Amino acid sequence: MAKRRKLFETIIQFLIRACGYSTVLFVAAIFIFLLQAGLPALFEASPASLLGLRWYPIESLYGLLPLLFGSLVVTIGAAVFSIPLGVATALFIAEVAPRWMREVLKPFVEILAGLPSVVLGFLGFLVLAPLIRTTLNLPTGLTALTGSILLAAMALPTIVSVAEDALDAVPKSYRDGALALGATKWQTIWRVTLPAARSGVLTAVMLGIGRAIGETMAVMMVTGNAPQIRWDGLFFPARTMTATIAAEMGEVAGGSAHYHMLFLVAILLFLISFLVNIIASSMLFRAKKRAERMLS
Amino acid sequence: MVNLALAWAEAYAEVQPTVSISVSGGGSGTGITALTDKTIQIANASRAMKQEEIETAQANGVDPKEITVAGDAIAVIVHPDNPIDQLTLQQVSDIFSGKINNWKEIGGEDRPIVRVSRETNSGTHVFFLESVIRLGRNDDKTIFSADTLLLPSSEGITSEVGQNLNAIGYDGLGYITPAVKMLNLAANPAGPFVGPSKETALNGTYPIARDLYMYTDGEPTGWVKEYLDWILSAEGQEIVAKLGFVPIS
Repeated sequence: MAKRRKLFETIIQFLIRACGYSTVLFVAAIFIFLLQAGLPALFEASPASLLGLRWYPIESLYGLLPLLFGSLVVTIGAAVFSIPLGVATALFIAEVAPRWMREVLKPFVEILAGLPSVVLGFLGFLVLAPLIRTTLNLPTGLTALTGSILLAAMALPTIVSVAEDALDAVPKSYRDGALALGATKWQTIWRVTLPAARSGVLTAVMLGIGRAIGETMAVMMVTGNAPQIRWDGLFFPARTMTATIAAEMGEVAGGSAHYHMLFLVAILLFLISFLVNIIASSMLFRAKKRAERMLS
Repeated sequence: MVNLALAWAEAYAEVQPTVSISVSGGGSGTGITALTDKTIQIANASRAMKQEEIETAQANGVDPKEITVAGDAIAVIVHPDNPIDQLTLQQVSDIFSGKINNWKEIGGEDRPIVRVSRETNSGTHVFFLESVIRLGRNDDKTIFSADTLLLPSSEGITSEVGQNLNAIGYDGLGYITPAVKMLNLAANPAGPFVGPSKETALNGTYPIARDLYMYTDGEPTGWVKEYLDWILSAEGQEIVAKLGFVPIS
């Protein structure tokens, strides 16, 4: 009996370990595949042309900068809209709203997370884009700004939900202590609860941004996909890296320079999200260390 | 045209499961060369064979027979309230290449021009690039202005042009909806300005129209003949219309 249990234990342990390792293995395999398909592009186009300002595959113009610019503008725009709104909503739900309202609000926010991005993209195209064109008096409503707002709407539920969980996990004694010292409710929230939940809130923000930078469908429908760099780019059409891959991969001839170039864009995208993740986890790590120091 | 050839081949697999047709792309020249080399039975071409191509084929013992299988026309579209009704191809070229940036430069209202195009992987995009922006000149390397909106679907184009007074777009005639206005076009400033329709596309008076051909070696026989008859039938031409091309019957 004991022997059987031990065998069972070993098998389970092995399975769990395999699952853990496989995640790393998958990421590594994906990266190797990307490198294999994308690196030839570096030899097929000169570095100067990769730094060009024009992306037009028909004439073999593969300037990556406009795509990078498009992705950055749209993602930063989305972050600017979604972070303050998301954290504030989480604070309201966790700290201010009465119990019954909280029980209504949280599920609704989570339903928002389940909306397929195509549906949001459709709404954005038919409702948001014309609205932006008429209210801001722009030549067209299909702009980076439209994409930013849509992405913010997509990142919001993630940010709210994860941040609210983190705020909720802050021990009640912290708040009681602050209130007992004579802090107002606002001071308690801003100086005690939010800093205590900092690492969780940061995770929430990073997950939200992660969703924004990788999103494709909705962005492709509303940003106009014109590869251009301009200082007022937020109010004009932009072409993101994800939209470029999605739009062009379907028809490209396998093994051609254009095909390799699209994979090079994918490598770039992979590296960017990798970087965002590393920065996020190093920030979390530092925050945790400081908290430990303060407690000891 | 490769999309159309693929759609036909796929649909025909259900009509006649015993015949399997494989389609490969590469451009009209590739297909004609392959027919000359007798490596294929049918060559799809979006242009007529040139005289020297016919001579090369005959020297190789191939007798190319031409069958018109569909028409292709591109409509240039604007918002229904846009006062512009007609343009020359040169004007359309200057608009899309970025030389003309305001509607008042061509007699319209004082509004910025928003250019709307299909994505670069669409055959319509390439046809428009070659026959309008470059006006058919092979040595011309003019391309779309960088701020041209590249929309992934025809619905996107008609809906943006249909609700934005600044916009000008184009698409295959079969995709155009009543929500937009089609412009009359002329190859030279003296006219005549002709609007796109099934008739003007097929009789050649509309300047951005072409016929799509299939070439066979000698009169088609056997399964090739059956396939071509099916393509020209109502069922085959329905697929033509569905893909935004102009049916010939």
